[in-house]
Amino acid sequence: MANNNEIKSSGLVGWIDERFPFSSFIKNHLTEYYAPKNFNFWYFFGALALFTFVIQILTGIFLTMHYKPDAAEAFASVEYIMRDVSFGWLIRYMHSTGASLFFVVIYLHMFRGLMYGSYKKPRELLWLFGVLIFLLLMAEAFFGYLLPWGQMSYWGAQVIVNLFATIPFIGPDLAEWVRGDYLVSDATLNRFFAFHVIALPLALAGLIFGHLTALHEVGSNNPDGVEIKQHKDKKTGIPLDGIPFHPYYTVKDLIGLTVFLIVFAAIIFFAPEMGGYFLEHNNFVPANPLVTPDHIAPVWYFTPFYSILRAVPPILSSQFPGVAAMGLSVMIFFLVPWLDKSPVKSIRYKGTLYKKWLSAFVLSFLVLGYLGTEPSNVWGQFPAALPLIGGGDVATFVARIFTIVYFLFFILMPIYSKKDIAKKVPTRVTMP
Amino acid sequence: MAKSTKKIDINRRNFLLTATSLTGAVGVTALGIPFASSMLPSEKAKAAGAAVEFDVSKVKKGEVKTTEWRGQPVWILNRSDNMLKTLSGNDGNLADPLLNVASQQPKYCENDTRSINPNVLVVVGICTHLGCSPSPKLEAKGDMGEEWKGGFFCPCHGSKFDLSGRVFKGSPAPTNLVVPPHKYISDNKILIGEDQEKEG
Repeated sequence: MANNNEIKSSGLVGWIDERFPFSSFIKNHLTEYYAPKNFNFWYFFGALALFTFVIQILTGIFLTMHYKPDAAEAFASVEYIMRDVSFGWLIRYMHSTGASLFFVVIYLHMFRGLMYGSYKKPRELLWLFGVLIFLLLMAEAFFGYLLPWGQMSYWGAQVIVNLFATIPFIGPDLAEWVRGDYLVSDATLNRFFAFHVIALPLALAGLIFGHLTALHEVGSNNPDGVEIKQHKDKKTGIPLDGIPFHPYYTVKDLIGLTVFLIVFAAIIFFAPEMGGYFLEHNNFVPANPLVTPDHIAPVWYFTPFYSILRAVPPILSSQFPGVAAMGLSVMIFFLVPWLDKSPVKSIRYKGTLYKKWLSAFVLSFLVLGYLGTEPSNVWGQFPAALPLIGGGDVATFVARIFTIVYFLFFILMPIYSKKDIAKKVPTRVTMP
Repeated sequence: MAKSTKKIDINRRNFLLTATSLTGAVGVTALGIPFASSMLPSEKAKAAGAAVEFDVSKVKKGEVKTTEWRGQPVWILNRSDNMLKTLSGNDGNLADPLLNVASQQPKYCENDTRSINPNVLVVVGICTHLGCSPSPKLEAKGDMGEEWKGGFFCPCHGSKFDLSGRVFKGSPAPTNLVVPPHKYISDNKILIGEDQEKEG
């Protein structure tokens, strides 16, 4: 081997190393993979996302052993899991809680990226992998939500599939193709099952591999946004501000994992439905194509985007603008690396403009998220006498304002990030 | 922190490492139990596998009827006195005439007729070779040849059993047919799937 970090071990490891890059893999990615020493708690969420992915795969395998992807049997088979399968309730609650916590963790992970500029050169591709994972995760959650075949499963799928039907020209045929029927039916359930249990998890695993490969190529960003590879020890070539991932960050991540598991277990055992936010009440009623529940809302993690969909009024008697806005609200994350013109990465050294815009964005995300869980008349109507908005729903009006703020955060980013007065970035990372 | 001049306490480090690993291992094992036990028969399967009742008086002397227990055929053979006579004096031809393989019948059926009521044989109709269901050949001779005194014949690989389900020497089947746990709940009613002693 023409390799300067040649490893010599004896015994079983030595035997393996002659045939498989075992020790060198451990070295390159754990014991001699150097991560910045100034990570704060925001850096837990990447590892936690990976952990949640593993939980979902594991519990999913065991649920698949008992679940029946058949419109006539699906609902009953989920109840069978809950009542008759030994510990089936635990495995299902792990899966349903895991789905919601996956999004909690991913949203915090994405926010971390926005705060510390983890998408900026040279991490653009790392960010793109991440946004793709987020997109596929939403699809995965959507497909999975149909499987219990309750009222919310059914009508949620009905609404989302009909979004495709609004696409001009090809829409109706496309929706029919996605459903495999003229309505959401057994055929739809069966294919969604296939997507949920194999197609998307496989794609997600591949993308996660890509995400991590890109990460280990460029190295982690940090709260200071300083490239630790620019200051290496002259003799060893090790970044001066870097510490080996193992044992330093494996141990630190274990602490994060412990806290996460406490929360996770508390939800599973004390509030698995989370007051109707993690498992919606109407989903305990079997799917009925003839009756729509009074109030249908997607699960909480889709509600910011759902609010945007509802907020955009039909234009030229077409629903498509709303659908396009919703699609755009997710897709626009792909552009962030090129929208941010700031000379610095981290929010610590960016000016107040960026901080204000990021706060406005987070606020609009939260408000839109809340409004998406409620019917659009939740805040009543404006008095009819008011000009323009008279008689309209207050919540819809607010959702429109925040939809505009949401998009302006991205659209104006090239302008305000350039105008912003950045502070001087230190050459080395700072420790609190 | 400035570089510490203190020596690393290897013992302390090893203790912490071992304690953490053990705690983790206990947690993973504890979590493994629900997952493994979810693969056991569910409450539904247990209910479906519960004991079944059968009215023995429905079977005429010299006839066999089939019922189902846990998805297996169970024969109820009402043996005539002539049939009972064929069971003795044949030991030399049988593989296990004295019922040495205890797993093939409950304790209370370890007798000459392999049954509670001498006339009524209750036996699982699954060949102990590879799981086919043998055909009753209750009549002597006939297409089974001159030596045949009545019994069961497995069409798959030719295993032969006598009228109490004992396997003949030279058959591919290694053991006698299984007598399932059963008990009499009245003179004529039996409950297949529950042992006699349980409530006795």
